[in-house]
Amino acid sequence: MAAGIRFDPYVVPALDGVAYGLLVFVAAAGLVLCFGVAGILNLAHGTLYAIGGYTAAALLDGGWPSLALALAVGVVAATASGALVAGLLTRVAARSHLTQALLTFGVALAGGSLLVGAFGPDDPPVRVPAALDGSVAVAGHRYAAYRLVFIVVAALLAGLLHLVVRRTRAGMLVRAAVDDAEMVAVLGVSPARIRVGVLAAAGALAGAAGVLGAPIIGPGPDTADAVLLLSLVVVVLGGLGSMTGTLLAALAVGQIQTLGVALAPSAAPFLLFAAMALVLAVRARGLATVRSAT
Amino acid sequence: MRQGAVRALRRGVAAAVVAALVLAPWTVDDYTVALLARTLALGLVAVSVGLLTGVAGLPTLGQTAPYAAGAYASAVVGSHLSDVGLVHLGVAAAAGAALAAVTVPLVVSARGVVLLMITLAVGELAVTVVGRWRSVTGGTDGLAGVPASRPLWGMPLLATDRARYLYTLVVVAALVGVVLLVLRTRVGLLLRAGRDDEARLRASGHRVPVHVAGVHVAAGAVAGAAGSLLVVAQQFVSPADFGFDTSALLLLGVVIGGTVSVGGALIGAALVVAARDWLFGVLPGQAPLVLGLAFVAAVHLLPDGGRRPPVRGRLLPAVPARRAAQDRPTPTGVRA
Repeated sequence: MAAGIRFDPYVVPALDGVAYGLLVFVAAAGLVLCFGVAGILNLAHGTLYAIGGYTAAALLDGGWPSLALALAVGVVAATASGALVAGLLTRVAARSHLTQALLTFGVALAGGSLLVGAFGPDDPPVRVPAALDGSVAVAGHRYAAYRLVFIVVAALLAGLLHLVVRRTRAGMLVRAAVDDAEMVAVLGVSPARIRVGVLAAAGALAGAAGVLGAPIIGPGPDTADAVLLLSLVVVVLGGLGSMTGTLLAALAVGQIQTLGVALAPSAAPFLLFAAMALVLAVRARGLATVRSAT
Repeated sequence: MRQGAVRALRRGVAAAVVAALVLAPWTVDDYTVALLARTLALGLVAVSVGLLTGVAGLPTLGQTAPYAAGAYASAVVGSHLSDVGLVHLGVAAAAGAALAAVTVPLVVSARGVVLLMITLAVGELAVTVVGRWRSVTGGTDGLAGVPASRPLWGMPLLATDRARYLYTLVVVAALVGVVLLVLRTRVGLLLRAGRDDEARLRASGHRVPVHVAGVHVAAGAVAGAAGSLLVVAQQFVSPADFGFDTSALLLLGVVIGGTVSVGGALIGAALVVAARDWLFGVLPGQAPLVLGLAFVAAVHLLPDGGRRPPVRGRLLPAVPARRAAQDRPTPTGVRA
């Protein structure tokens, strides 16, 4: 029991870290797909998350139907935005990475401005379904029910994503396009269509993360930047293209952002930076060469 | 004959621009002069971005990190230790170079999109640290009331906007001159060769990682010095000066300026920053929207951002039947 008491204050931050990490994973998974398959650094990815978040804030009214509606609208809107980015990119995709980065940043800037114009400059409140609004007892602590449910749902999403990438024909084509886009083209599947599909799927993931994660990382003018940064850090830490690595990195970042802050408040600002520097320095050589969307 | 005419024209334009820059503070109001000084500081950061992106072929979104390091180092030294601008510049350049040196292991083997991603993450994390390290940086409130500095020992304090602008102009001109002179030597030739055909350069016995590390640290020092100039120009520094939009604006400026020329980077960035400042004045609420659309339009209208002119000079003999740059896989295996 003594050990239990010693670890007691850290149960809630640790659980929070899991929820946070899974949320970041679902958001970052789309970025991994874009990056791994199309070689595109989509700087508008955080904006796609913000679209989902604002949708949740606008539509959620405390009931289950509103959650389903918000999820549907948010995912469709973010998917369409992802496809729009892909459409804009097709004309310049043959050019350098610089033009891609500039274009997606322009979309992010314009999209963020439109969102702020539509929903106002303040962080809107998000109402979760009434049945999940309370708290439940976890190991003797009160813990927000929504976050527990979110952990389960996000884990399911992660599992589903793994199955789709690993087991379905679409997932196989995507993985094949990473390895040899020309060979996929010879098989009769247009790599351009795969690219549009992947960017749209990435948008769907970001939108779903935005709707479901709105109570955790809420919508606001800074959301897009924050989510993009976290996703980038996670993708880089996870080995640039590996889904499993990204999941592990996301869970680690979640713990750093919650448990780390609880354990070492004064060092908190530097923890994320230090973790990234450490991992990158250790495996910098591997990062540049290892790329596979598995 | 035609080349000579073009060269004369370029010299004439450059002389006219320099003359206009020197005379500017006597023709416009103080507010515009202060804006111009800040734009010059950003232009110097753009020179460092151009050095990495255009000359060495290492695209970067993270030069705001050494820029911020230099600015805060300069502000802290200026508040507590010394009021001499040259000392500030030295400390700021050293801080920028040190930060760049720390990140060298992360960037030395990365190219292309991977490098963009890593540098973006480094830059954003640096800004996050700056925003949270309250005891030194003042957090998101920034450091206000940085005391006025004097350029050298015994010179008068830079008390007016005009004096601060002229100081910024002199330092920017000197540093850009140094960069241009260094690029005319063998160093510039090696950097360009590494950009155009890294595998050949390696094969002929050159240590490309050393070049990459060197240019990275040098660009960090230049960006750090620019940070010191920013502090002088606006006597205030906050994390908002180093946001993600700053990196992207600089990159747009460098791309508009023609990517491969350092002077073009300076002019392109100055144009983009001036357009942004003007837009924020004319359309207070809609500026990001217009700016974002301008980014998208610029990318579609620019001739071809990815094409690189061949190396000038003869470090390596000409290659028969060069493949087009776009067909060549980058070291990461990602197609351009």
